[in-house]
Amino acid sequence: MNSLRPELRIIADWITPGSRVLDLGCGDGTLLAHLVHHHNVSGYGLEIDPANITTCVQKGLNVLQTDLDAGLSDFDEDSFDYVVMTEALQAMRYPDRLLKEMLRVGREGIITFPNFGHWSCRWQLLLGNMPVTPSLPAQWYNTPNIHLCTLTDFEKLCKNEHIHILERTVVDRTHESDVLMRLLPNLMGEIALYRFRKD
Amino acid sequence: MAREFPDDSVGLVKSRTQHFSEPLELDSGACLPHYDLIYETYGELNATHSNAILICHALSSDHHAAGYNSPDDRKPGWWEVCIGPGKPIDTNRFFVVCSNNLGGCKGSTGPMSPHPETGTPYGPDFPIVTVRDWVRSQARLADALGIQQWAAVIGGSLGGMQALQWAMDFPDRLRHSVVIAAAPRLSAQNIAFNEVARQAIMSDPEFFNGRFYEHDTIPRRGLMLARMLGHITYLSDDAMRAKFGRELREGKPRFGFDVEFEVESYLRYQGKAFVDRFDANTYLLMTKALDYFDPAKDFEDDLSRALANVQARFMVIAFTSDWRFAPDRSREIVKALLDGDKEVSYAEVVAHQGHDAFLMPIPNYINVFSAYTNLINVDAET
Repeated sequence: MNSLRPELRIIADWITPGSRVLDLGCGDGTLLAHLVHHHNVSGYGLEIDPANITTCVQKGLNVLQTDLDAGLSDFDEDSFDYVVMTEALQAMRYPDRLLKEMLRVGREGIITFPNFGHWSCRWQLLLGNMPVTPSLPAQWYNTPNIHLCTLTDFEKLCKNEHIHILERTVVDRTHESDVLMRLLPNLMGEIALYRFRKD
Repeated sequence: MAREFPDDSVGLVKSRTQHFSEPLELDSGACLPHYDLIYETYGELNATHSNAILICHALSSDHHAAGYNSPDDRKPGWWEVCIGPGKPIDTNRFFVVCSNNLGGCKGSTGPMSPHPETGTPYGPDFPIVTVRDWVRSQARLADALGIQQWAAVIGGSLGGMQALQWAMDFPDRLRHSVVIAAAPRLSAQNIAFNEVARQAIMSDPEFFNGRFYEHDTIPRRGLMLARMLGHITYLSDDAMRAKFGRELREGKPRFGFDVEFEVESYLRYQGKAFVDRFDANTYLLMTKALDYFDPAKDFEDDLSRALANVQARFMVIAFTSDWRFAPDRSREIVKALLDGDKEVSYAEVVAHQGHDAFLMPIPNYINVFSAYTNLINVDAET
């Protein structure tokens, strides 16, 4: 599906067809529906917003209204091949705990987040303002993004938590990865994508 | 003068009664030699009989789920909010069946029906019935109506438990189960409330050990108290505050024990109105059926195992302010279904109305309910 956002297309390519997927913060179910219809994936989406829940139900998805900050205690260990979370980590109250939870219930984790090390963020900070970018459109006082990080920060956390990174890609809002992004991911990448598992 | 009913109502409806002459073995070991089920239907059964939905009612409701029984009826059926043309249970698409549970007092065989041996009302001799017994009796109704497989079985509260039981007992006879404001079994607190309600009825001097019909009376005070207690558990603290606050009917205290606060007046009104429309023996039976409901019991308290054979797809809905069957109780059902990799969606609707929210037109509830039943229709047509 070409209409799929570039980052979601990359995730879809990472996921082995026919596997079991848990999508944390699945939103309107775009990714999960794509995986179900085109990759023969089975699984569930977790979401907190009632309008999104209704949209997911409309799409025929299994969706469970859940507050991710309360953890994933409804799910048993290793019950999924992949646990996916797109652009929600930075809005979590305890991102470190949730990462561990992802690898408790899933064999592999896939995560995307807006890179706070992107040059436009750095530039705005240099000018003395909290960054407002296409990936981070909210103002400091009304942003849901309470735990922003850079690629380096995230990788440090993974190291501390014994999480093994299998794959990393950075993209911007419109294009897939270019040469500059590959050379200087923490400066040029707008959105970071990681695939990881337990060490 | 012909009365105009709202466009989104099924309008004037008539109940029908199905007689079953084959004995029905009950969980208690007792046996009903024959029985009647009274039911209503809305909408048209399609040619392949694949669009039928069974509605299961709650503790004190009945088979009159939608529409009006007479042009003079002030109020429509108990789930008018959700059943009718264009509503979540859309009668333009579905053939909807709702029957009064066995042991009821609205036309299905129950304590007020004549005992086959004596010809006088069963009264306290009517056997205790369980949710499983109800499901079994309804399966025969499905047979009689030519419905091999329900498109969905749907219910709220005790009715939700019935929808769950259906999926366990007849896995291939329903495609969807919608379980609303329910629980996988009652808590000790739930049972405690039921016990107080039963004691209120049984300690009424007019109860006569359940043989009050013979004395041409009813345990009015006891049944009224039971209903008042029930109503407290159906509403949330917030809903009561919003509805009544601490308003005094006469504006100032009178320092007596007559009705003074609006909430007292409401409870007494609800209690009194209930006495005229409900049978005390039925109330006792229904609360017992609730207490006994515990499908996990036969599986070492493992609900996942109890649900291992279900084939239906599930929609579970709970309401945030429901403290009778709180969202956590619904999540127990969801978790057990997840353990078995079953198809399930779960919505936790923000609502201040308490347990009664499942009867209310709350937009987020109606939207997600409709979204789900729209899917059911797709299945029915393929």
